[in-house]
Amino acid sequence: MGMLKLSGGVLTSLAFLGGLAGMPAARAAETVQIAAAADLVYCLDALNTGFLKSEPAVELKVSTGSSGNFFAQIQHGAPYDIFLSADLLYPRELIAAGLADPGSLSSYAIGRIVVWSARADLDLSAGLALMATGAVKRFAIANPDHAPYGRAAKQALEHAGLWEAVAPKLVLGENIVQTAQFVETGNADAGVVALSLVLSPRLAGVGRYVEISAEAHQPLEQGAVLTNRGARNDAARRYLAFLKSKEARAIFDRFGFRLPD
Amino acid sequence: MPPADALFLGIPPGLWQALGLTFELAAVTTLVLFVLGLPLAYWLNRSRSRWIPIIEALVTLPIVLPPTVIGFYLLVAFSPQHAPGSWWVALTGGTLSFTFTGLVIGSVFYSLPFAVQPFQAALKGVSPDLLQAGQTLGASALSVFFRVHLPLAQRGVAVGLTLAFAHTLGEFGVVLMIGGALPGRTKVASIALYDEVQKMNDNVAHAYAAVLLLTSFALLLAMAVLQRVKAPNHHP
Repeated sequence: MGMLKLSGGVLTSLAFLGGLAGMPAARAAETVQIAAAADLVYCLDALNTGFLKSEPAVELKVSTGSSGNFFAQIQHGAPYDIFLSADLLYPRELIAAGLADPGSLSSYAIGRIVVWSARADLDLSAGLALMATGAVKRFAIANPDHAPYGRAAKQALEHAGLWEAVAPKLVLGENIVQTAQFVETGNADAGVVALSLVLSPRLAGVGRYVEISAEAHQPLEQGAVLTNRGARNDAARRYLAFLKSKEARAIFDRFGFRLPD
Repeated sequence: MPPADALFLGIPPGLWQALGLTFELAAVTTLVLFVLGLPLAYWLNRSRSRWIPIIEALVTLPIVLPPTVIGFYLLVAFSPQHAPGSWWVALTGGTLSFTFTGLVIGSVFYSLPFAVQPFQAALKGVSPDLLQAGQTLGASALSVFFRVHLPLAQRGVAVGLTLAFAHTLGEFGVVLMIGGALPGRTKVASIALYDEVQKMNDNVAHAYAAVLLLTSFALLLAMAVLQRVKAPNHHP
C-alpha cells in the first residue's frame, strides 16, 4: 500500500496549497463542491434548487459519475467537499484511509433498481427471465467491478439464477447513466438501471420498466460523507444537513428512492 | 490471443487479454487506414476540386475534436432505432455498438488524420519529374503510383502508419462510449487501466500504464529514428 501513503502526502500538500490559495481572496460566496453518484444526476437538480432557496449565497458545483471513480479521485486529492456515493462502502473506505470525516457519514437514500427497455415489442412482465431468452441480444448493466448499481444488478441476476445465461449478452456501462443511455438509444435491448433515472423528467415516459424486488440484491444504501476538505467547509455541513430535511426526503421519495429511518 | 491461464511476467491474464486486444485493434485500424487513407491522400493532393479544403478540414477534425464527440455520434449512428444503424441490423442481425468491428470504425475516424496527413506530405515530397519520367516511358498511372511514387514515399507512409498505430493505442474516449467494456472483445488496455484504478488495484494499473507508456515511446522513438536516417533512394 505504498501508493496510499504517497497519495496521502500528495493530498496534504494539495490541501496546504489549496489553503494558501484560499486565504488572501476576499470571501465572496461560499462554494460547495459535490461529487455525486450518477443515479442522482436529475434528482440533484431538484435538491439543489431546494437548498438554494434558503441559501442563495452558496455556490454549488456538482460533478456526477461512478462512485468508484470519485473514490479514486478523492483518494488522490480531488477537491470535493461532499461525496454522495451510491453505496456505503466507498465512503467507509475514505474514512478508513483518513480522508473523510467519520462523524459526517450518513445514509441519505436507498436506491431501487428496475429492468428497463425502450423496445416496444418486449413484454417486460416476465422480468429478468426475459433477458435469458432470444428476444434480448444485448443487456446493459453498470460495471459491477466499481459501480454499486452494477453490483446490485449482478446480484439480482445471480439471485434469479440467470447470471450464466445473461453474461454473454452483457454490456457494461461505466456508470448507471451511461447504462441508461445504452438502453435509451436502443444499442442495448434492455438493462438494469436506477429507478431514479427512469422516473426523472428527462426519461419519464421513455420505454417501460418493471421493478426488481429489493430482496434480490443487497440494499443500495447510499452514503454521504464530508471529505477532510469539506469538514472545514460550513456550507458543506449545512448541505449535508439539508439532505436529511423533510423537503429533501420528499424529493428523494419522488425520484423513487426508499428512505432510511 | 496470448495464453490466458497464469501470471506471466507478473502480469495477470486479464491484462494480457486487454493488451492483445489493444494491439489487434491498432493493427486492424492501421491496415484499414493504409487501404483507405492512401488513395484519399493521393486524391486530396491531386484534385483541383473547390471542395478539397472542406474535405481536408473534415479529415483533420479528429485531431481537435474531443473523442467523446466521435463516440457520441457513433453511438447515435449505431442505434438500431433509426438509419444507418437500422440498415446494419437488417443486413447482419446485430448492432455495431459493443463489437470489435464498431471499435475499428471508431478508431479509423479517430486516427484518420494521423495517417492521411503524413501520407499527403510523403506523396507530395516525391519529385514530379520522376513521376513524369515514368509516364513518359509509357507506364500507366496505377503502375507509376505503385512502382515509382509509393516506393519513393515509403518513409513518410511508414511514419503515417506508425502514428496511426500509436494513436489508436491511446484511444480511450471513443471506446468508453461505444465499447461496453467487454473482456476480450471491447475492453482495451486504456479502459482496463481505468477500471483497475477504480477497483483500487494500483499494482495492476501500474502494469497497464507501464506497458502502454513503453510501447508508445518505442513507437515514437522508432519513428524519430526512421525520419533521421538518410533515405538512400530519396534524392538520387
